[in-house]
Amino acid sequence: MSAEANGKAVLRAHAEDAFADELKALAAADDRPRPERWQLSPWAVATYLLGGTLPDGTVITPKYVGPRRIVEVAVTTLATDRALLLLGVPGTAKTWVSEHLAAAVSGDSTLLVQGTAGTSEEAVRYGWNYAQLLAKGPSHEAMVPSPVMRAMSDGMIARVEELTRIPADVQDTLITILSEKTLPVPELADEVQAVSGFNLIATANDRDKGVNELSSALRRRFNTVVLPLPATAEAEVEIVSRRVDQLGRSLRLPPAPDGIDEIRRVVTVFRELRNGATSDGRTKLKSPSGTLSTAEAISVVTNGIALATHFGDGVLRAADVAAGIQGAVIRDPAADAVVWQEYLETVVRERDGWKDFYRAAREAASDRPHGVGA
Amino acid sequence: MTAGPLLLGIRHHGPGSARAVRAALEARRPSVLLVEGPPEADAVVELAADKGMVPPVALVAHATQETGRAAFWPLASFSPEWIAIRWALDNRVPVRFIDLPAAHTLAEPDRTEDEATGTAPEPAPGDGEGDGEGVGDGDAEQPAVPGAGQPEGGEVLRIDPLAVLAEAAGYDDPERWWEDVVEHRGDADDPIAPFTAVEEAMTELRAAHGDGGHRRDPAREAHMRLRLREARKEFGDEAVAVVCGAWHVPALREQRTVTADRALLKGLPKVRTEVTWVPWTHRRLGRASGYGAGIDSPGWYGHLFDSADRPIARWMTKIAGLFRDEGRPISSAHVIEAVRLAETLAVMRGRPLAGLGETLDAVRSVMCEGSDVPLALIQDRLIVGDVLGEVPDAAPAVPLQRDLTALQRSLRLKPEAGERELDLDLRKENDAARSRLLYRLGMLSVPWGRRANGSGTGTFRERWRLEWQPELAVRVAEAGVWGTTVEHAAGARARSDAAEATTLAELTTLAESCLLAGLDEALPEVMRALADRAALDSDVGRLAAALPALVRSVRYGDVRATGGAALRRVAEGLAERVCVGLAPASSGLDAAGAAELRGHIESAHSAIGLLDDEELRGRWRAALRRLTERQATPALLRGRAARLLLDEGELPEEDAERLMGLELSPGNPPAQAAGWVEGFLAGGGLLLVHDERLLGLLDAWLSAVPRDSFEDVLPLLRRTFTAFDSGVRRSVGELARRGPGRGTGTVAARGHFPGFGEEPDTARADAVLPVLRLLLGTPPATPSVTPSPTDRSTTTASSPAAAPAVAPIGASS
Repeated sequence: MSAEANGKAVLRAHAEDAFADELKALAAADDRPRPERWQLSPWAVATYLLGGTLPDGTVITPKYVGPRRIVEVAVTTLATDRALLLLGVPGTAKTWVSEHLAAAVSGDSTLLVQGTAGTSEEAVRYGWNYAQLLAKGPSHEAMVPSPVMRAMSDGMIARVEELTRIPADVQDTLITILSEKTLPVPELADEVQAVSGFNLIATANDRDKGVNELSSALRRRFNTVVLPLPATAEAEVEIVSRRVDQLGRSLRLPPAPDGIDEIRRVVTVFRELRNGATSDGRTKLKSPSGTLSTAEAISVVTNGIALATHFGDGVLRAADVAAGIQGAVIRDPAADAVVWQEYLETVVRERDGWKDFYRAAREAASDRPHGVGA
Repeated sequence: MTAGPLLLGIRHHGPGSARAVRAALEARRPSVLLVEGPPEADAVVELAADKGMVPPVALVAHATQETGRAAFWPLASFSPEWIAIRWALDNRVPVRFIDLPAAHTLAEPDRTEDEATGTAPEPAPGDGEGDGEGVGDGDAEQPAVPGAGQPEGGEVLRIDPLAVLAEAAGYDDPERWWEDVVEHRGDADDPIAPFTAVEEAMTELRAAHGDGGHRRDPAREAHMRLRLREARKEFGDEAVAVVCGAWHVPALREQRTVTADRALLKGLPKVRTEVTWVPWTHRRLGRASGYGAGIDSPGWYGHLFDSADRPIARWMTKIAGLFRDEGRPISSAHVIEAVRLAETLAVMRGRPLAGLGETLDAVRSVMCEGSDVPLALIQDRLIVGDVLGEVPDAAPAVPLQRDLTALQRSLRLKPEAGERELDLDLRKENDAARSRLLYRLGMLSVPWGRRANGSGTGTFRERWRLEWQPELAVRVAEAGVWGTTVEHAAGARARSDAAEATTLAELTTLAESCLLAGLDEALPEVMRALADRAALDSDVGRLAAALPALVRSVRYGDVRATGGAALRRVAEGLAERVCVGLAPASSGLDAAGAAELRGHIESAHSAIGLLDDEELRGRWRAALRRLTERQATPALLRGRAARLLLDEGELPEEDAERLMGLELSPGNPPAQAAGWVEGFLAGGGLLLVHDERLLGLLDAWLSAVPRDSFEDVLPLLRRTFTAFDSGVRRSVGELARRGPGRGTGTVAARGHFPGFGEEPDTARADAVLPVLRLLLGTPPATPSVTPSPTDRSTTTASSPAAAPAVAPIGASS
C-alpha cells in the first residue's frame, strides 16, 4: 500500500505508511526477541510509540505523549494471549494508539471493524457473497471473511473501534474468538483457527451514556488500559492552543492576539473541576457530571474566538469564554449548577487577576433561566 | 570474603537481606552477634525471644527526664536485624548492640521533641529522620533507606550511595536497583557471597565519596569498631558476626587505632536514658506515616519474606482473595492472567523478577479494568497492611505511662479508684493544664475523666467526673504506639483519626477536641481534612449541622488565640457552601425533611451571625431571600426564611405583609398556607401583637378556610400557637376577639399599643418608682432639681416625659 490512491495523494496516510522509515530503522536496530509474526520486539514497539533515538542516530518521534507504564502494559498485553481494551474519555488518543500499535506489531493497521449500533455479526465473523452462494451453495469461495477472520488466519492484529457501541449480542461473538482462538464456520463444517501473532485491540469510551456495557464474560478476555487525560496543565494548554490554531485556520478565523491567557484559564477551570481540586492542591472541589475533556476545552476556545471576532474587538476576553465554559460544565441543571456556583464563589472570586472572569461568569449565570434558585 | 569477623552488610527491612543473613549465620555459626543499635538495649534484648513478642515492634530509647526525647528502632518480622537477633537467641548466642549509645544521640542539643518522636509533619527538616530512628535507617544508612538523601541538620550535600550505584547500573530508582540486585535473588550456593559483593561495592563508593557527608557517622563507626574489637578479643576473630547497614561495612573493616577511635567519642554530650520495647505497626513502618522507618511497602516485603516459593503467584492469589472478600468477582483465570502479564512486563522492563510495580500494573489492567480505585484498597490493606505488633508484659513501662505519671504528679491529679468530681477554673494555669490532659487522654481512648454537664457553668469553668480504673493502665500501654508523651500521642492520634474520619460531624468534633486539648500542631491537618470533606459533601443539611460546632470552635480559638485563622477560613468556606446549596437543597422535600432542614437553617443562621463577617451575612440573607420566593421550597421553609429576614430587619414590614398575603391567598391550599404560618411564627408570636396588619391577614385567612380543610389545618395551627408564651397567646386571643379589622396600622399609625390605653396612666406608673429607685440605687432625689417636698419621685429613667425634669411628673399623687 502507499500513501497514494489512483495516483492522487490521500488525505491521511495509514500509520505504517506515514512512519515507514521509522519502522524500518527500528526493525534494523532491533536485536531483541520478537514474538512470532511480530514485525518488531515488544521493546521496539514501545519505543516506536514513546519516541527515542536509536543507536544509529535515527530519531523516533513520540506518537503518544503520556505515561510510559501505559504503553508498556499495552504492548505486553498484545504479547500474551489476552486482548487489549483501551478505555478513555473522548479525545484521549485511543484510536491513535490502537492504530500505531497495530502498525508497529503487524505492519498493517487496516484490519478494522468500526463499531456502531448497526454493526452486525457478519462484520465481526464472516458474511456471504450471495451471488456465489446461490450459484454454488456454501463454499469457501462464497464466504466473505471479516477483518477479524483475516487477522486470525494471517496472525495479525485486528482492531475494533468503539466496542461498547456494538449491540451486546454481537459483542459476545468475540468471546469464542478471544478464548478459544477459533472461529467456527458451521455452514462448511469448518473453522478458522487463529495463527500465533493474532490479537485484538478494542477501544471504548467509558464516559458515554446509553452504550452497551461489556458482559463480564467478554470483559474478562481483555486487559484494560485506561488512557488518561493530559497529566499537566502545560501539556494541555499546548494541545489546546495547537488544535485551536489548526481549527481556526480551517474556519478562517483570524488568530486571536493574547488568547493564550484565556486558553490557560479555560484549561485551568476544566482541569480543576475535572480533578476535583484546585491546581495548587489546597482546596477540594466537587466535579460536575460532564467529561470536560480537552476536546471540549478546544471547542470553548474556538467558540470564544468566533465571538470575539464577530461581535467583539477581536481579542479573546473572559466574557467570550465564560458562557461557553458554563455551558460545558453545567450538563445537569440541578447538581452541576451548584458545583459551578460553588466553584465561582469559593475559588474564582478569591483568585488574583480573575476578577474579570468572575464578573463575566456571574453575568452569564444570571442569564440562565434555571439558575440556582434565581 | 577476607578472613576475620563475619560482616553482614544489609539493607534495613530488606527481606532478601534477611534471608541471606539467616543463611550466612547458619553457615558460619558465630559465637557472638553484634547488631547495629543502641547498646543500652542489651538489657532488654532477651525479651525478643519471649512468646509474647510479636513483630513489628520497636526498640525505643528515651531520656529519663524527658520522655519526649526518644528514638525508635523499628523491627519487622522480615528485618534482617530481627532475624539475626532471633537466630542468636534461639541458639544461645549472646547479642550485643554496637551503635553509638542512645545516651549520646538523644543528648544532641539540636534535637527537638518533634523530631525525636518522629511526629514532625515532615520527615525532611532537621535531622528528624536521623539518629537512631530505624536501625540506622536514619541519617547514614543509605542501604536502609534509599530515600535517605534527605538533608540532615542543614547540611546541603549528602550523597545517596545507593543512588550512585543504581545510576551506574542504569536504574533511575535506587530502591528498584537494590531489589533487583539483592532482594530478588534466590538463595545462592555460597551464603556469604552476596555480602562480599555488597561490601566491595560499598568500599568502592566510600573510597570515592568518603563518609558521604553524614555528620554523625565517624563517631558512630568509631563506637562500632571499639565494640567489635572487644568482641574479637573475647571470642576470637572468626567467631564474631556483625549485622549492620551495608554502608558501614567498609568502615568496620578499616584498621584504626583504639586511641583514634576513643578520641572521636570524647566529650560527646550525654543524658540518662531508658530503653524498652513498644508495639509497632506496619503503617508506621510506612514512610507515609512520618515516622520514617523507611519503607513504603512493608506488607509487600513481609510477603516476599514469608513466601520464598512462587512469590508473585501467591501475591496475586492474596490480592484476588482480598477482592473477593470485598465483593469483586475475581476468578482464577484473572489470577493466571495477572501473573503472566506481570512476568512478561518484568521481562520487557529487563528485571529478574516482577516487582511491586509490575504486579500492580498487571492487577490494574487485568482485575481492575484499568481503574486505580480498587488498587487503593490493595495499597492500604496488603502493601502497607494492618499488622500490629505485641510486646510481652515483662517489657519495661512505655514512655507514655511515665509521661503520664510525671504529669499526674506535677498537676497534682492523682489517679484514684473511686469516682470524684473535679471543678476546674480554666483561668488558672494549673486547672487549664489539667483540663487539657483530660481531653488528651480522652482522645487516646483513656477515659479517665468525663465531662459532667449541666449546672450553668460558665465558659471558664469545667466540671469533670474522674474515675481511674485498673484497665486504663492497659489502655495507656496500648496508646503507647502513638507517641512517647501524652501531647504527642494525642496529636498523632488526632491526625490519624482525621485521616480516617468518614463524616463531617466527626471531623468538626475532632477539631473542637483538638482545640480543647490544646493540640495546636494537629489542628492544621484536622482542618485540612475538614475542608476537604466539606468541599465534597453535597448534603446541605450535613454542612449546616457541622457549622455551629465549627463556629463555636472559631470563637473559642479566638479566645485562646490559637488556630483561629485556619478555623475561620474553613468555617467561612462551609458557610459559603451552605449559602450556595441552600436553595437547591430545599426542593422536593417531604414534611419530615422540611422540618429537619428548618432546624439546620436556624442553627446555620445563628452560626453565621456569630461569624461576624458582613459580606458572608449578606450572602446568607440573599440565600434566605431567594428561599422566600421559591415555589419549589416547602412553605414551612419559606415562612421560616421570611421570618428570619424580618427579625434581622432585612425584610421591610411591607414586604412581609405582601409575602404573607401572597402565601395566605385563597389560591393556596390551606395546608400549605398553615405550613407557612408555622414557619413564620416559629420565631415567637409577639409579632402578631405588634403588627395588626399581619394578624388581620392571618385572621382573614383562617376565617376563610373551608370547613372540610379546617380539620387538616388545625393540628398545624395548634402546634404553632402552643409554642407561644402564654401572655402572647392571651394578647393575640384578645386582639382576635376584639376583631382586628378595626385597627389597621402599626403602633405608630394608631398611636398606642393594642391592649393599652390611649394615654399613659401616670398614677399607676408612679407606683413602681420606689422599687425602681431601690433597685437602681439612685438617691431619692436628684440634687440638680428642686425636690418636691411632698413627693420625692423626681426624675426617673422610666418616665418618658422626664426630659426637662423640672416638675415632678408624679405630682398628681
